[in-house]
Amino acid sequence: MDFRLGAKSDAFRREVRAFLAEHATPAMIERCHRSGTLHDWAFHRALGKKGWIAASWPKTYGGQERDELEMAAFHEEAAHVPMDGLGITLMVASTLRRVGTDEQKAAILPGLLRGDAICALGYSEPGAGSDVAAARTRAVRDGDGWIIDGEKVFTTLAHEAQYVFLLTRTDPSRPKHDGLTMFLVPMDSPGIEVRPIHTLGGERTNATSYTGVRVPDSCRVGEVDGGWQVLMVALAYERSWALGREGVPVLRDFIAWARIARDDDGRRVIDDPAVRETIARVAIRNEVSILLALRATWVSASGQLPGVEGSMAKLFTSEAFQKSCSEMLAHQGHWGLAQRGEAEAAIGGAVEAAHRHAAVTTIAGGSSEIQRGIIAARGLRLPRAKASREPRER
Amino acid sequence: MDLSLTDEQRLLRDTAARFFRDASPLERVRAAEPLGFDAGLWQGVVELGLPLLADEHGLIDRCLVCAEAGRHLAPVPLIETLAARRLVPTPPPAEAMLAFAPRPAVDGRWEMVPAGAIATAVVGIDGDRLLLVHSGRPRRDRPMSNLGCAPLAHRSTSNGRATVLAEGAEAHRRFRAVRDEWRVMTAAALVGLAERALDIAVGHVTQREQFGVPIATFQTVAHRLADLATAVDGARLLVHKAAWAHDEGDAGAPTLAAMAFLFAAETAERAAGDSLHLHGGYGFTLEYDIQLFYRRAKAWPLVAGSPRREIQDLAAALVAAPEA
Repeated sequence: MDFRLGAKSDAFRREVRAFLAEHATPAMIERCHRSGTLHDWAFHRALGKKGWIAASWPKTYGGQERDELEMAAFHEEAAHVPMDGLGITLMVASTLRRVGTDEQKAAILPGLLRGDAICALGYSEPGAGSDVAAARTRAVRDGDGWIIDGEKVFTTLAHEAQYVFLLTRTDPSRPKHDGLTMFLVPMDSPGIEVRPIHTLGGERTNATSYTGVRVPDSCRVGEVDGGWQVLMVALAYERSWALGREGVPVLRDFIAWARIARDDDGRRVIDDPAVRETIARVAIRNEVSILLALRATWVSASGQLPGVEGSMAKLFTSEAFQKSCSEMLAHQGHWGLAQRGEAEAAIGGAVEAAHRHAAVTTIAGGSSEIQRGIIAARGLRLPRAKASREPRER
Repeated sequence: MDLSLTDEQRLLRDTAARFFRDASPLERVRAAEPLGFDAGLWQGVVELGLPLLADEHGLIDRCLVCAEAGRHLAPVPLIETLAARRLVPTPPPAEAMLAFAPRPAVDGRWEMVPAGAIATAVVGIDGDRLLLVHSGRPRRDRPMSNLGCAPLAHRSTSNGRATVLAEGAEAHRRFRAVRDEWRVMTAAALVGLAERALDIAVGHVTQREQFGVPIATFQTVAHRLADLATAVDGARLLVHKAAWAHDEGDAGAPTLAAMAFLFAAETAERAAGDSLHLHGGYGFTLEYDIQLFYRRAKAWPLVAGSPRREIQDLAAALVAAPEA
């Protein structure tokens, strides 16, 4: 048994730390938080230049063959850096590498790996969230191409991206999982409209609409009506469990605040037993979150797909993070109210911001209910109630 | 990183698992109540050489065995003996039943000592002295009934043959070190208990039908168990990490021991409590086995005192650390 990532990861970690010191400047991070767009082109291109957009890939595909544990060290170091573009783009690129045609790979992957282009995900729709297979966006054959019409929501980074990975319905007559087809659509195609959606956490995402969008068949990823299979590959690359460390910096900031803050009677907040109990409980939750994520990483490093382990990490981390942020903010009382950027803000408004952001963590990347369903069915082998797999009424 | 067991560890765990499964069925656990001790089972534990693990094995190995003992609620003073042996200078014979007092003595007495009702000797701290006291077992006409059906008793620090093992700072240092080991082993046993309680729940909800379907098909039931399974896995990982950190001599080991103890205790209580609840009214009857787990899950950690104190000690360590 060994809970250390190992010497190879330590070496890579030092390299990553030096890179981040140069490129992930406080000004860049602040700019991202202020705009709500958690992507910075200069930083992303620098990552590309370093060969770190797909660092774990085989060298023949432009990667560096970094192992899972090295990548874990990378993500630990870069946890504070806004880089949604990297995560989403790598997920799409990995899927394309697995199921794309040689032409698609040659045409698209180099740009993604250089950091010149990024992707957005077009899965969710106004009527299809956790039930993603209920997607209604239509793709209809038109000569040797397709015409796409529909609406997507939570198309994060669509306003920056060169491509959207779009789940469409090509055959409404078949059961809902069987009539789907995936496309990688250039964002400059005529007929795509992007409208911002602003979120509670301060992040900007988008609603995107597709009106008579014409794409060649070469944009199709995977088989016609094989979109569900492509989506399963893409979801396997989703690493929403990967870190488990979100609570660590918030606790650190909270303790730093509690050391200097005094309550209305002039007593140091850090000396309050109730505050100390919260510190202990949050630290335990953080440790368990990190361990569950580490185990999923280890399963992945051993060449298996961390299905149940990944779900457990995602479920525990997000639920614990929410609880922890809420408890810490309560201890801050009125001091916790002022937001980032205000002179009155406690420790830069870190806990307040975390509390707002926490709300999305049990939703995005597979809601807690979806994760519990996976754990119950695949982990505990409990029988499932029969859910509707019938085609929707149209 | 490697989260797997070595071949030797797997063999040790499987041997212990087989032994406790065969030798400590729940009928035997019930028969040992209310004292909570089965002399025949202890004989088997001795023949297997399990007490000697204290002398020659790391904490991970001992935890693997304690988890199996916990899974089968084995009514033997294994954890107590494994802890106490670490402080006894000349290794006693394998069959010696020792007690370890996890709390300091008050007015010349260790209170509610686990295995105190059966052990021939007690190791514990009294003021600034670490003591080994050979004394007769407390004489009572009947065992003290208690929540966990454990052989608890007060033990005097002076009544009997007392040996001073260490004094002053050295006494406290050695006591704390073994108390950490005791906490991690207890946490391991609690994880074993929690795993079994979860298994029992899964078995029950899969078979029990209400409203014409197995109750496992209700999401409120299935999701509760999914949360529980997640916490149980987290507790097991935390115990393993705490044991590993101890064996590595890692500076974070005491903090991890406290975390593992607290989280395993909470998780075991929740596992047994949720499992009992999902049994409906039957779970509340003495006839069903889940009550055996419910009582012990709460009782095992409480011999260390109120968890509030553990939490405050952990917080003090975290706040004192430069990087919390």
